[in-house]
Amino acid sequence: MSNELKNPFAATNQERQARKKEKLIQLSTQFITWLLVIPVVAIIIFLVYKSWPALSVEFVTENPKVRMTAGGIWAPLIGTFFLVLVSLLIAAPIGILAGVYLNEFARDNWLTRFINLAVVNLAGVPSIVHGLFGLGAFVYFLGMDRCLLAASCTVAVMTLPVIITSTKEALASVPMSFRVACWNMGATKWQTIRTIVLPNSISGILTGVILQVARAAGETAPILFTGAMISSRVADSGWDAWVPYGLEDRFMALSYHLYIISTQWQNVPESFKFGTAAVMIGLVIAVNSISIGFRIYLRSRKKW
Amino acid sequence: MSTVVPKLVTREFTSPDASHVEDYSIRTNELNLWYGDFQALMNVSVNIKKGIITGLIGPSGCGKTTLLRCFNRINERYGNVTTTGDIEILDKNIYDADVSVRQLRRSVGMVFQRPNPLPISIYDNVLFGMGIHDAFKSLPKSERNDIVENALREVDLWSTVKDRLKSRATTLTLEQQQKLCIARLLPLKPDIILMDEPCSALDAEGIEKVETLIESLRDEYTVVIVTHNMAQARRATDECIFMLLGEIIEHTKTSEMFLNPQHEKTEMYIQGRYG
Repeated sequence: MSNELKNPFAATNQERQARKKEKLIQLSTQFITWLLVIPVVAIIIFLVYKSWPALSVEFVTENPKVRMTAGGIWAPLIGTFFLVLVSLLIAAPIGILAGVYLNEFARDNWLTRFINLAVVNLAGVPSIVHGLFGLGAFVYFLGMDRCLLAASCTVAVMTLPVIITSTKEALASVPMSFRVACWNMGATKWQTIRTIVLPNSISGILTGVILQVARAAGETAPILFTGAMISSRVADSGWDAWVPYGLEDRFMALSYHLYIISTQWQNVPESFKFGTAAVMIGLVIAVNSISIGFRIYLRSRKKW
Repeated sequence: MSTVVPKLVTREFTSPDASHVEDYSIRTNELNLWYGDFQALMNVSVNIKKGIITGLIGPSGCGKTTLLRCFNRINERYGNVTTTGDIEILDKNIYDADVSVRQLRRSVGMVFQRPNPLPISIYDNVLFGMGIHDAFKSLPKSERNDIVENALREVDLWSTVKDRLKSRATTLTLEQQQKLCIARLLPLKPDIILMDEPCSALDAEGIEKVETLIESLRDEYTVVIVTHNMAQARRATDECIFMLLGEIIEHTKTSEMFLNPQHEKTEMYIQGRYG
């Protein structure tokens, strides 16, 4: 008893209560965080289970046959590949240059703030609105007609804001002291950017670009009116199987193909629908993994 | 409390017999500078002699760093800066239309409080300045190596890093980094080296070594050092400029300033009664 009284650091009742509360908060936030994993794992397991009968090498490499009730998904797969490629070839240079301008050159005035606001708002535009914009701007106004180029331009507009924003963030993460050091030796802004700023932010910039691959591959709405088609004849082998679509051709794409066989087409085996979805998800996971690996590699090389 | 506007004490260092004309590297005349509405420098007229080490001392916010940044016009990069008055470097007004800011910065180098080597190799750091001025396009490899070696020898870093020239400059210790930051200015053959509290991020041993290095730069270069450290100002400078609230209060030989300050404010600051 006397020993207890001597302890000057004994916990008070209120403190015990507070500690209990903290434990409770920690456990509940932890529990909720863990719950987040469930949908991802559930979707993947469900997809793989449902698509198992269809999944095979042939499913990926063969073209759809017999009114899409047989064969595979090569034609839409290669179409999605070209859609992503062309859209990023358009969006990446424009987005990166705009990001460089906004972070390195632009002064903080009303015009810059207005541009930044526009970029943020562009990111919030629903994809179907992008699709309708693309129809009006590229298909009709610029007279491209519905084709791979028009669809790629539409998707490029959609992915631009994120590329601009991630470029800006990557550039801003390069310490100011490097720029100051360069300027004080007489370097121009561009020399500073080219020799020091870009090499040290390229991992962040490329990560932003690569993450847009998943977005470009997954969206259906922007290509719905601008170039995707239900079915097109694609060669089964040879050069034409690898490059089946020109810039002025309409094309098949995975996301649109999935929409068609799930809702518009009859007698397509259940496993084909889930198989298409599984391949899409697989692609997205693969691309994201590559981008994460890439970032880890580049980050390991820079130290300051 | 009424604020006494300190009277400007300027002293000419021409010797009484006036047998020789003093050589000045930096001269300012009625220099005023505003950050937006805030006036950071007021009627600064100062003559900094060639080939000696001049210290800029004064309490925080007195305009020491601002004045230093005027000398290579780097202030312009910080936006919303207005300047009036003249600055002559090597007898040329640096605000003349025919002055290239890049060439000015080439001959007026700057060293910072926090060592800021670039995130490239030690070798590339030393040659970086020449690279941006296209000065070595035609140089053979061996001459480049000589330039790097000479610069690193001059700052007493060669023996430490000669076996790892290709490793990242950011892996060096702070003291070595600061020496490298001085070394990378040398291939550009500067006339003036500005230093903004070059030792404040270093430990005692590093301070001693960098001070020794600065000492060795005298004669060949004109050095201007901003410092908060009174002991350092006393040890390492030949002349001192005391600034307060954007004005120059006193500019004399360091020994005179510390033994016999002419102005009350200077005396109080040196004694550590404020600042």
